[in-house]
Amino acid sequence: MKDLATPRTPRAINWNRIQDPKDLEVWNRLTANFWVPEKVPLSNDVQSWATLTEAEQRLTIRVFTGLTLLDTIQAGVGAPSMMADAATPHEEAVLCNIAFMEAVHARSYSSIFSTLCSTAEVDEAFRWSEENPHLQAKARAILETYAPGADPLKRKIASVFLESFLFYSGFYLPMHWSSRAKLTNTADLIRLIIRDEAIHGYYIGLKFQRGLERETEARREELKEFAFSLMFELYGIEAQYAEELYDGIGLAEEVKAFLHYNANKALMNLGYEPLFPPEACEVSPAILAALSPDSENHDFFSGSGSSYVIGTAVATEDEDWDF
Amino acid sequence: MAGLVYYSSASGNTRRFVERLGRAAVRIPVSPADPMPPMPGRYVLICPTYADGEGRGAVPKQVIRWLNDPERRAGLCGVIAAGNRNFGPTYALSGRVIADKCNVPLLYSFELAGTSTDIARVTAGLDQIRDQTCSTPRPMTA
Ligand SMILES: Cc1cc2nc3c(=O)[nH]c(=O)nc-3n(C[C@H](O)[C@H](O)[C@H](O)COP(=O)(O)O)c2cc1C
Ligand SMILES: [Fe+2]
Ligand SMILES: [Fe+2]
Repeated sequence: MKDLATPRTPRAINWNRIQDPKDLEVWNRLTANFWVPEKVPLSNDVQSWATLTEAEQRLTIRVFTGLTLLDTIQAGVGAPSMMADAATPHEEAVLCNIAFMEAVHARSYSSIFSTLCSTAEVDEAFRWSEENPHLQAKARAILETYAPGADPLKRKIASVFLESFLFYSGFYLPMHWSSRAKLTNTADLIRLIIRDEAIHGYYIGLKFQRGLERETEARREELKEFAFSLMFELYGIEAQYAEELYDGIGLAEEVKAFLHYNANKALMNLGYEPLFPPEACEVSPAILAALSPDSENHDFFSGSGSSYVIGTAVATEDEDWDF
Repeated sequence: MAGLVYYSSASGNTRRFVERLGRAAVRIPVSPADPMPPMPGRYVLICPTYADGEGRGAVPKQVIRWLNDPERRAGLCGVIAAGNRNFGPTYALSGRVIADKCNVPLLYSFELAGTSTDIARVTAGLDQIRDQTCSTPRPMTA
């Protein structure tokens, strides 16, 4: 152990002395986002649940069980393993927050289950999750990079892939139901999780980039290679997982486009270029709208026939302009 | 021809997008201690979103500082917003806030560091602006 020879002075965390302003910024946003599943009126989905076929119900339970596994890993292993690598005490505190919210996420799927499903159905899905080779393969691939003594920056790569890529084969389904006006309260809960994961992926990706700055050119090359080969490995597993789950309802190809789109975003969180070409990432507009309701898409540039004139800004007098 | 001004924090997504555009661009400094660079004539602003849970504070403080100057505000001819769709209703909200406040069009929005499609569309769009009204300001007739 590194501290045996020269024990370091135990230090209290001082939030009024910040080394990395992003620690405070992200802490503030994460604490403002805090939620628990009890705040979401899941029971309003009971009727909607009954309109799903038995196969659709089983698929939904399995998908949520798969998501529960990833959150369980990130709460119990992923976030805690990165605490030891933290560059600042505040980063460690942010990781505490992340670990706890992952536990809330994992817990919230059980709230959905107890509201909508029978115990036998849920028990069957948990058994399935332990036996499904693809789900197990991705969990193991991630856990390997989290192992004690592992490379701290590789840990962050795997973590960003979990946060920003691996969840999305699962998140697709509640967004799909929501776009058809089904399970809309459940979708509200999932959107809270998606928002949290966006900040987690952003923050761990940022810390990865900061860590990279201190590395040699050779090490940077090694890490980039590791990132892309891990992405290939995980994508291979995810594609099979998606086919197995979604072929039955004819959505496998759509889900894969969604995977490509999210894989690119995960790579961007690490500061890398996208991997999949735009034609492979054409996610259906209904899914995009389900992700960000009420925020129209803006493309004034290619809006054909637009007669909008680009105008001058209106002069505003006040000194301190309040946005 | 419209210039380009952008803000990008330590995560550097917007910076990477602007680098791939390959045009001259002025960066608003991250630190409030650094001086503001000169305004490049009439310009388009590219701005990421950093809202709190309720959508407040969507426009980064340094961008507000930039726009607080009436002259710099008058030079603005449109805004391009960045963000992440996973933030839900506040996706790319900074663009809507600035467009409303400054009475300029919200030209485009993209996620994180953008895709090659975003780069192509914004490049074509900015070229189009050069041929339009930006160099000869005229009042809004929406
Ligand atoms: C604390 C925090 C809050 C954010 N809030 C939003 C938001 O409300 N809407 C949005 O579209 N993106 C939001 N984002 C995502 C950023 O806008 C996005 O990552 C952007 O690419 C950052 O640009 P930059 O790296 O150039 O600073 C937020 C990110 C963070 C860290
Ligand atoms: Fe989570
Ligand atoms: Fe997470």
